[in-house]
Parts: sequence; C-alpha cells; structure tokens
Amino acid sequence: MAAMTMIQALRSAMDVMLERDPNVVVFGQDVGYFGGVFRCTEGLQAKHGSARVFDAPISEGGIVGAAVGMGAYGLRPVAEIQFADYFYPASDQIVSEAARLRYRSVGDFTAPITIRMPCGGGIYGGQTHSQSPEALFTHVCGLRTLMPSNPYDAKGLLISAIECDDPVIFLEPKRLYNGPFDGHHDRPIVPWSAHALGEVPDGHYRVALESAAVFRAGRALTVLTYGTMVFVSEAAAIETGIDAEIIDLRSLWPLDLAAIVNSVKKTGRCVIVHEATRTCGFGAELAALVQEHCFYHLEAPIERVTGWDTPYPHALEWDYFPGPARVAAALRRAMEP
Amino acid sequence: MASQPQPQRQEQALRLHVPEPSARPGQHTDFSYLHLSDAGAVRRPPIDVAPADTHDLATALVRVLGEDGCAHGPWVPPLAPEQLVRGLRAMLKTRIFDARMLIAQRQKKMSFYIQSLGEEAIACAHALALVDGDMCFPTYRQQGLLLARDDVPLVPLICQLLSNERDPLKGRQLPVMYSMKRAGFFSISGNLATQFIQAVGWAMASAIKGDTKIASAWIGDGATAEADFHTALTFAHVYRAPVILNVVNNQWAISTFQAIAGGEGTTFAGRGVGCGIASLRVDGNDFLAVYAASSWAAERARGNLGPTLIEWISYRAGPHSTSDDPSKYRPADDAARFPLGDPIARLKTHLIALGAWSEEQHAALQRELETEIGAAQKEAERFGTLADGHAPPLASMFEDVYREMPPHLHAQLRQLQEAKG
Repeated sequence: MAAMTMIQALRSAMDVMLERDPNVVVFGQDVGYFGGVFRCTEGLQAKHGSARVFDAPISEGGIVGAAVGMGAYGLRPVAEIQFADYFYPASDQIVSEAARLRYRSVGDFTAPITIRMPCGGGIYGGQTHSQSPEALFTHVCGLRTLMPSNPYDAKGLLISAIECDDPVIFLEPKRLYNGPFDGHHDRPIVPWSAHALGEVPDGHYRVALESAAVFRAGRALTVLTYGTMVFVSEAAAIETGIDAEIIDLRSLWPLDLAAIVNSVKKTGRCVIVHEATRTCGFGAELAALVQEHCFYHLEAPIERVTGWDTPYPHALEWDYFPGPARVAAALRRAMEP
Repeated sequence: MASQPQPQRQEQALRLHVPEPSARPGQHTDFSYLHLSDAGAVRRPPIDVAPADTHDLATALVRVLGEDGCAHGPWVPPLAPEQLVRGLRAMLKTRIFDARMLIAQRQKKMSFYIQSLGEEAIACAHALALVDGDMCFPTYRQQGLLLARDDVPLVPLICQLLSNERDPLKGRQLPVMYSMKRAGFFSISGNLATQFIQAVGWAMASAIKGDTKIASAWIGDGATAEADFHTALTFAHVYRAPVILNVVNNQWAISTFQAIAGGEGTTFAGRGVGCGIASLRVDGNDFLAVYAASSWAAERARGNLGPTLIEWISYRAGPHSTSDDPSKYRPADDAARFPLGDPIARLKTHLIALGAWSEEQHAALQRELETEIGAAQKEAERFGTLADGHAPPLASMFEDVYREMPPHLHAQLRQLQEAKG
C-alpha cells in the first residue's frame, strides 16, 4: 500500500497494465514525453517506450477512431481526451463505431478500448474545461460509463476498464485529482494523504464494474451520487446532522440497480446529486428508476441537486457549482414529512 | 486635416460559387475535366520514393491498357494470363452477383441493395495484391474484395442480404454491410468515412506489435469531405502507418457531382501529397493498372515506407443504391460515354489480344457463373427472405450489445417476450 493522489493512482493503473499486458497502449494529446497536462501518464513513455505510450495529434476523432482500429486488431488502447469538454469531435467514433462494433459484426470485431477524460469544474476552467457530459454517454447503448471518486476506486476501476472487452468511458473528476474536495472552495485543500481512500495497493487489483459503494451508511435518507459530489454530499450530511446513506455509483451505466433499490427501500427518501446540468441529466434516469422500483416505499418527493441549465460560467463558478449549502437544503426538504 | 489615402474600392458584388457538373439530364457531359494520360505515359518511381516527389503522379493518370487492348509502359504488372483470367472471372462474378441481387431486391426479398457496376476492377484487382492477414476497411461498394476470393462462399453472403435465419449478422445490418474478419473484410459501418481512420489505427497496431500485416482503407470521393478522411491522412503520415488509402472517385455521391466534394480544379490524390503521403492517381477501370498500383502501395507499406494514397478514377454506372434514381440528376448516357470504358470489356479485349481468351470462353464463363450464383441464391432462400418472416430470434436483438448481457437488457427482453405473448 502507498498513499497516492488520484493522479498517481491512475498512473499506477496504466503502469500495472502496460507491464502485465503487451497489448495495452496509452496515447493522447501531450501524454507521451511530457506525461499529460494533468501528469497522469508521467514517466510511462520513459518506462514502456514510445511505441506503447505516445503523443497524438490534436484530433479527438482521430484518437478515438485510431483506438477503434487498434481494438479491432487486438490491442487494448487507453486513449486520453485532454478534457471531457473536447470529446465532441469524437462523437461519431464513440457512439456509432466503438459502442456498436460488437453488435453490428456479431462479435466478429470488438472495440475493447478505454477513453479517459477529466471532467467537472471547480478549477476556474470556464465553459470549455468544466463540463460533466456523462449523460451523453449513458444514453448510448453499448458503452460503459464510469466515474470514480477516490484514488482506490480510480485505480481498481481503471484496471477493470482496461481489462473489459466493452468500450469504456472513464470520467475523472479533475477537482478530486489532488484531494477529496467537499465543495468548500474557500477552505484549505485537504490532500489525499489525509484520507483513507488515498491508500492504494501498489500492484494489480480490480474494483468490480456495475458495483456501487455505500460511501456512508445511514438510515434517514439515500443520496445517489458520484464523482466530486460524493464528498460534497458527505459535507452536507455532516453539516445538517441528517443520517444520510450516500451511494457512490462508480459505474453509471450499466449500474448497480440493486444497491440503489435496497437503500431507497430502507430509507424511503432519495436525493440525487450531480454536477452536470439538470435537464435530461443522469439524475433524471436515476429518479425514473427509483420511482419504477421503489414507488411504494417513498415517503417524500425525490430531490435533485445539479448544476444549472447554463454553460459552466467562469467568474460565477461557485454559484453554478452545487455546493454543500444547496445539497444540505435538499436533504432538509427530503426529510419533511 | 489631410485625408487618409483610401484603397481603391471594388464595386463588384461578391458571388458564391456552387459547382455544377457540365451536363444534366438530356445533355452531354464534357469529360475533359478528368485530365487523362495515355496508357504507359506515366513514370513508375521506386517504392522508396519521397512522398513530395509524387506530386506529378497525383495529377497524372497511371494507365496500362491502351485503346489497342495492349499493355503499355513501366506499370505493366508481372501477371500471367491465368492470373488475368482469374481477375476477369472475379469481376464477372461480381457483376452477375450484383445483377441477380438487384432483381431479388425488386422482388422484395431484401430491403435494399448496392451494386458496384462499372467499378469491379478496383476491388477485384486490389484483392489480388493483398495477402491473408491483411485487413480491408471497405465501404459498401467493395463487394468485389469478397467475391474475388475463393474461400468466401456465396450462400452466407446472400443470407446476409436476405436478413434470414442464417444471416451471419443476425439481421442487425442493412444488406451489403458485410463483416468477415477471416477474409480480411472489416465490418461495414454505414456512417461514412469512419473506417478510414480505423484502418490507420489497425495498421498502427500491426506496427506496434512488430507484425507484417497491412491495412487497406476505402472511401468514396464524396466522403473525403468528412473529418475522418483528413484525420486518417494526418495519423497515417505522422506514424508512417502501413496502410493503403484508397479513394474511389466514381464521380457521383448520390446526386452530388465530385466537385461538391472538392474535386474541382484539383485531385483527391493531391490531398495525400499535401499531407506528406506518396500518392497516385490511377485508371480504376484498368485491371492491370489497379493491380500494379495496389502492389506498389502494398510493397511500400510492407517495407516500412509508410502509407500510399491512391485515387481510383472510375464511374458509378448504376444508381447509388436501390433507393436512388440517377435519371433525375445526370445524363443517362454518361456511363456509355465515360472515357475510361468498362473494366470487364477492357480486360476481356486484352486477354483476347494476348490469345489467352475467346468470345466462346467468355460466354461459357458467364453461363457457369450464372449457374453458380443462381444455385447459391436458391440455397440461401431455403432459409427465408425478408418477405417471408424468417427473421432471427427476438433474443438476438439484445445480444452482443455488451459482451455479457447486463440485467437491464435481460429485463427488456422479458418485457418484449411478454408483450408478444
């Protein structure tokens, strides 16, 4: 075990997989010699060589299209999109190609590729470096969409993603790269070294796909969330004193429906929290699933706390971000009889 | 205050240029825009030529078969008459297959069909230049790549077209969107140009692994306007990928003339040179030229010399698909007046000139292929057609979305089964 940031944990996952499987390759913009703008691939080219860890032209469509071809060949490419906000030029290759290649060819060809992309705001990135586009991926049949919230899960899930034979969208909440950010942006940064989930095994291990984690056990109310909002929700629970059970979904789709249903049936109340815009966000699907499966157990309307339906603003970032105060207000509303 | 000197004002109104073909229905196309070279007139550089030194080859036209039916010049390939007969057979088989399937579509046995009429030489000759293990990333008009092979039986192909219970693709794909990994034929998407960059990625993988396999990517003139074409050229050049980048310029993308794709006053092969890729412009209706250029490009790829872009000049003699009616937008006599002629007729004339073929043999071959294809069609129809409800089982709709069927798809399959009773 070692204390790792999320960046170090992700790097360790790629390092372990490059070591174990000669078919793993890592590429993307700036990921080679330099090691990535967030340093997630630092040192990997020097260690594994430039035929397996290399820079790509500034072409997201090209990066994913080439990854699909490599996957069809038999490699397991790990492609980095520098910011999730930049994936749009690759949409056709993700939605029409990677996600449906197995289906349309009846397994003759597959795309066992992992597409990593940093997402979320809170770093003054403005409207082109802050988005959380997970719902655009969860809507696509054939993709797996993951979002870890801590170094331990980040490494174990990335290893599972690379080993998975399906195409995986791996969203990394960049505000969590260096510490468990709880939404109090005016307070000192807490490093991962001060958190239990920053303790990460050095070698190979997996975190199972389609498996949610009970991040905080509770009996009064269920919070369904993922990524940065796990820690924001925890702060809100502590500050309100509400005995909230926080479910960290980790795998957004396909997801761990049993974990959701079991918790909501137990608590009878549900708050859904995500950073992405509200309308047709992933929270809408979660709310629909909860009412389909838990309707007779619900004692209050389902609450959603999300980003506003606006582009991610620069100067007003913290008014956009669904921080602990907004989550706390939703927890209190959900507790009204 | 002294007035500032003013630039002379242009009073002319600006105009948007929207390219038009030289002729529409009822008129005669002026094919001088094609800029042809004589057979044998274009040089054949060594395979290690610097890409920048292929500029002239990207604007000229590599041709071997002349009007006299003879092979001319430095690109004459070392093919024995038996190999030429094999090529003729592949082209004829493709043409007869297409004609038969077109009729089956008109009989509503299949929903849709796409012929390769007039373009058979490109796929059939290219197939002879590749070896087992290589991978083509085709469009929907390269069925000749499959039909040129002796190891691809016709019945499964026809079952795919009929979407019947033996359809290897389980009725998931439109007819013609074949997939056959073992025959080096990548799954056809239907979304244009996506396969071009995928072929480059596949070729990069072969190089990463230190293997010897090469990729061959296919695209039409129209789809070169897609971003994936340009990213493919960039990636192929950057990583010197072992790939052949084929642009089939058949002059028409559904109803749009190749000038709308950006072919006016320039060539698609020229795009390659601009990207640092060795590029050729080749007579796509000349079986010998297609084979020679394909072999040159394949040898470059296998020798770690990088990608080659080849623009094949041809003419889409039929409609885009069975959903298209070209009489609405182009002259009906275009195909007959196309200056590069018909690929089957040209190779046949050449073989007869060589003394290796005769009208009688040609007629016999045609009868033999018609019998073979007719028998295969009859056999395939035993397993149903789209018209008679022999569809694949319901569960197959939910399989292969993921490697293992996740719980939500199991639930949805149950819902469908309950709804059907």
